[in-house]
Amino acid sequence: MGIIEAKKLIFEYIRRDEEGNAEGITRAIDEVDLDIRQGEFVAILGHNGSGKSTLAKHINAILYPTEGIVLVDGKDTRAEENIWEIRQRAGMVFQNPDNQIIGQVVEEDVGFGPENMGIPTKEIWERVEESLKAVGMYEFRKHSPNKLSGGQKQRVSIAGVIAMHPKCIILDEPTAMLDPNGRKEVIRAVRALNQVEGVTILLITHYMEEVIHADRVLVMEKGRVVLQGTPREIFSQVETLKELRLDVPQVTLLAHALKEKGVPLPDGILSIPELVEALGYGNGRRSG
Amino acid sequence: MASYALRDVSLVIPDGQFIGLIGHTGSGKSTLVQHLNGLLAPTEGSVYFNGEDIHEKGYDKKKLRSKVGLVFQYPEHQLFETDVFSDVCFGPRNLGLTQKETQLRAFEALRQVGFPEEYFYQSPFDLSGGQKRRAAIAGVLAMRPEVLILDEPTAGLDPKGRDEILERIAALKRDTGITVVLVSHSMEDIAEYVDRIIVMNRGSVLFDDVPSVVFTHVKELEEVGLAAPQVSYIMQALHESGMPVRTGATTLEEAEREILRALGR
Repeated sequence: MGIIEAKKLIFEYIRRDEEGNAEGITRAIDEVDLDIRQGEFVAILGHNGSGKSTLAKHINAILYPTEGIVLVDGKDTRAEENIWEIRQRAGMVFQNPDNQIIGQVVEEDVGFGPENMGIPTKEIWERVEESLKAVGMYEFRKHSPNKLSGGQKQRVSIAGVIAMHPKCIILDEPTAMLDPNGRKEVIRAVRALNQVEGVTILLITHYMEEVIHADRVLVMEKGRVVLQGTPREIFSQVETLKELRLDVPQVTLLAHALKEKGVPLPDGILSIPELVEALGYGNGRRSG
Repeated sequence: MASYALRDVSLVIPDGQFIGLIGHTGSGKSTLVQHLNGLLAPTEGSVYFNGEDIHEKGYDKKKLRSKVGLVFQYPEHQLFETDVFSDVCFGPRNLGLTQKETQLRAFEALRQVGFPEEYFYQSPFDLSGGQKRRAAIAGVLAMRPEVLILDEPTAGLDPKGRDEILERIAALKRDTGITVVLVSHSMEDIAEYVDRIIVMNRGSVLFDDVPSVVFTHVKELEEVGLAAPQVSYIMQALHESGMPVRTGATTLEEAEREILRALGR
């Protein structure tokens, strides 16, 4: 059994005009099946309005299925008595770090979650320490969050989630507002959590470079999962992705363009070393 | 103790240039652009627009702000009218133009950003993220600025939405010769569109040159929290592995041409 399961998940909402009269029904999620294993790193792609965030909010029990079922660690999100347990097991990190930080001091902010869970004080501090260390922010524990960079704030947000000891973290465009360095810091922290701590990761992003390390990529369109596979399988389909308003890493695009010009290259090249190798210059071979 | 948000910045922006302004969060980019339309006044030094000191006594700041249009980050948060068209009319109406001229300009600005006509009278709140963003940019364009400054105009948009906005801005520049200053964290976008890159670090200008030169400074860019476009890294890696390619390419087309040349195709 997976940590996150969705079976024929449907989510509909009623559109209303300015007077509040119902205008019609929009189906934001349309029969989505999910089965995410503990420890998996899954990335979700899709253009704005494709249903990614709506899907993510179901896993954290912020939204409930209109039809179908969502199970987090075997617990049904529709059952009210499960909500707190589900939110503790599946933590969520949002786009804007400034909306997620409430403490005056970094370590207080990170301790907020476990404190709310009624964890004994001594253990709260242990959790704060380990969480801040896990995202490389321990040396900033006494700082005011206001003085941190975007990437640092976002890592504090992630530490706040980790301190609740979730089995799964859902990140909804965590790097959208960050500069290149901040993006790198956050993605590095997320990958370390996945590889070292075995935390299940669900990463929603528009940056294709952040996706290439995922075990599995889901592509959403009109509330459905329309493509699913390893990053290589997904990014081999350059034309399909463009039709879905999505991008492909530049190195993949370049390889694709060279191949179209007759250069013998395999499909779905994802990294620079792969391209160097495929062009016959791998292993530091030098041709004078 | 005084701290410097900007220090010893000297630059000249000629008419019709497309400039990319980059720097990590807190490097002084936004402070700099707010000096260009007089929202902030220099502690020392001067800012000139078309040869005139904008902080001289009697200088018309209101006019300056209509000539140097600044589109803030997440500009859609500043949409406030009940429909898109009225929102875009707000700027030109404030300039004291007649109703007819105001509407003409709003119509033209919305057309320039590719805003679909059927949504002109919709509430801004019913629009998609990309459309809201366009409506907000149209609001600035409706003042017919000579310089358009955009602070991260594509933040939070999906890749297609990003391309659409940037294509519109590039077309606008081609058609009207407007000067554009684009603040962005996307090195790929910068490489694709601009003629010149200004790199800010700790309130000073670190590099000021064409993209093919700026992006060869990969190490220095990384040291100040930036990066080069992935293409630059690709060319550098190929070069270092012994492929006879030049490393100046910053866009996909340039890289493709250079690799094909090296392969003798």
